[in-house]
Amino acid sequence: MSAAKDPVIRVAGLAKDYRVFDKPEGLLASIRGIFHRSSRVVEALRGVDLEVGRGEFVALLGPNGAGKTTFLKLLSGIITPSRGTAHVLGHVPWERADDFRRRFALVMGQRNQLWWDLPAAESFRLHQEIYRIDPARFARTRDELVDMLGVRKLILQPVRELSLGERMKLELVAALLHEPEVLFLDEPTIGLDVVAQHTIHEFLRHVQRERQVTVILTTHYMKDVAALCERVVVITHGDILYDGSLVEIVDRFTTHKIVTLDLDDAAAARHLERLGYPCEIRGPQAILRIDRARIADVLPEVLRGGGVRDVSVEDVPLEEIVAELFRSAPARPTAASPATAEATP
Amino acid sequence: MSQAGATGEAGSGLTAAWQPLAGLRIWLTMLTICIEERLVYRGDFILGTLMRFLPIVTQIFLWTAVFAATSRPDIAGYSRNDIVAYYLLTMVTRAFSSMPGLSSGIARSIRDGSVKKYLVQPVDYVSFLLAARVAHKLVYYLIAIFPFGLVFFLCRSYFPPLPDAATILAFLASLLMSFLLGFFMEAALGMLGFWFLEVSSLMFAYMLVQYLLSGHMFPLDMLAGIPTGIAGVSLAEVVRWLPFHYTAYFPAAVWLGKIHGPERTAALFAEAAWVIVMIVVCRLAWWRGTRRWSAFGG
Repeated sequence: MSAAKDPVIRVAGLAKDYRVFDKPEGLLASIRGIFHRSSRVVEALRGVDLEVGRGEFVALLGPNGAGKTTFLKLLSGIITPSRGTAHVLGHVPWERADDFRRRFALVMGQRNQLWWDLPAAESFRLHQEIYRIDPARFARTRDELVDMLGVRKLILQPVRELSLGERMKLELVAALLHEPEVLFLDEPTIGLDVVAQHTIHEFLRHVQRERQVTVILTTHYMKDVAALCERVVVITHGDILYDGSLVEIVDRFTTHKIVTLDLDDAAAARHLERLGYPCEIRGPQAILRIDRARIADVLPEVLRGGGVRDVSVEDVPLEEIVAELFRSAPARPTAASPATAEATP
Repeated sequence: MSQAGATGEAGSGLTAAWQPLAGLRIWLTMLTICIEERLVYRGDFILGTLMRFLPIVTQIFLWTAVFAATSRPDIAGYSRNDIVAYYLLTMVTRAFSSMPGLSSGIARSIRDGSVKKYLVQPVDYVSFLLAARVAHKLVYYLIAIFPFGLVFFLCRSYFPPLPDAATILAFLASLLMSFLLGFFMEAALGMLGFWFLEVSSLMFAYMLVQYLLSGHMFPLDMLAGIPTGIAGVSLAEVVRWLPFHYTAYFPAAVWLGKIHGPERTAALFAEAAWVIVMIVVCRLAWWRGTRRWSAFGG
């Protein structure tokens, strides 16, 4: 997966150290603070290598404070790295060339680029000017995007009157008006209801396919990943722990399948317990964790006892696999935790 | 939406040869959007504008009492009428040079991370703030012209006869520059937010210094008798070398004829130089600040 064709994003040894200051309060302390402040260094990102090809949809996963957001901030040029290089669309992001900035977009959930007190249409108009979008093209793109998300009626309403989900959809429209080639999404579905999440999934999938947009998405919702991303990059403690396909992650990191049985009576439950497999009885249901290699041997044995109305065999839920993956990451040798860096207000 | 379409058609003739104008067009769009935004809170705006006239009433009473208690016809060259006229004129100057919420807004946008929008989009933050501030001021003048007109009409007897054209021109130039100076000083101050997470204490200190040294509190000529410890140098002379007095005292003093001739010309050039210095400081602060910034807070 590392050698992508036609790489749009190339990152080598990218590292970011944060200097975290302990900040006292008050006028005198502020003035004293001009001359002396105590600080410590926190490694948020520790030498990341990555290549992403045109049109790829990559999920960036990791626990809070793993360095995901730092990584996106570096790729979008908001911050400068401590070490290493990155090229996005041939540009070094933190040089912030206008030519680069016209070709990508960053959406950070709940952080609005829309004007709070004005209708979204006004913000769109400003974007048209800022990104120098051809007027005819602007109108066409805008109409297409708002129709796809079903928000046409909302663009003339002040943004502050809209719900979180509606705002998020309009944020996405604003971000895509200039038809970016690269799109960074930082938790775009956070706090949204299931319907809104689904709409956004459909929308992103469509946009990405139609326009061959390269997307990097950070999220804590495995639904986002399952719906959108073929490739998954897991970051923990500022390092890449895993880079590969979603299917492979399931293959590589699960040893078990989940077998769920609908039971007739208590006798059936007792039979199961006698067999001695790891088993959890919840009312009329029994849930077994069975070694993947042995599933063909175990199933007949379980069913032989009778009293089973229904049976299903499933993979371990993605959430669980990923949580296990996060936990399995070796703890970093430095004393400072990266979580401190991102938790600082 | 129809509005967006109309703007678009007007611009469809623009080609690459019009690049400098494209910058102007962005700026004008920002200006109109900022004006629309200001008008959302027109009630608050009108009230805020009217409240600004309360302090002047207390000042008139105070100085009437001061002059009643002394037998002197003037203090530091200012008669009672001069003083009232001075305060009214500094109000006009402050209407140009004061930038409520600018530095704290910049510092807040740095602290809460919302400034990153301007790093990601192909737009210049300082130009954007300037457009927003011009919009802010335009809307303010639109409303304030009425109470200002009324107060100046009621107080017309305090003013000397209308000065000559050169003085009026110098006054207008000093007003315009006081706007730019106030803007870039406060913007630079706000950018301290890149270095210090909490800058409200520093801003408070700046406000105090500004209030005293700009001449907002009293005419700076009154500092002429105060020695600084350096042989023969009065506090008034020190203050004249600082940029603050251009944001309140200087335009008023020009109108009242306290500064004239070559001294006035030199001061105007010095003011222009301060504007340029503050523009450079602002640019440097932005350039250095964004490079060391950690974009905390998501």
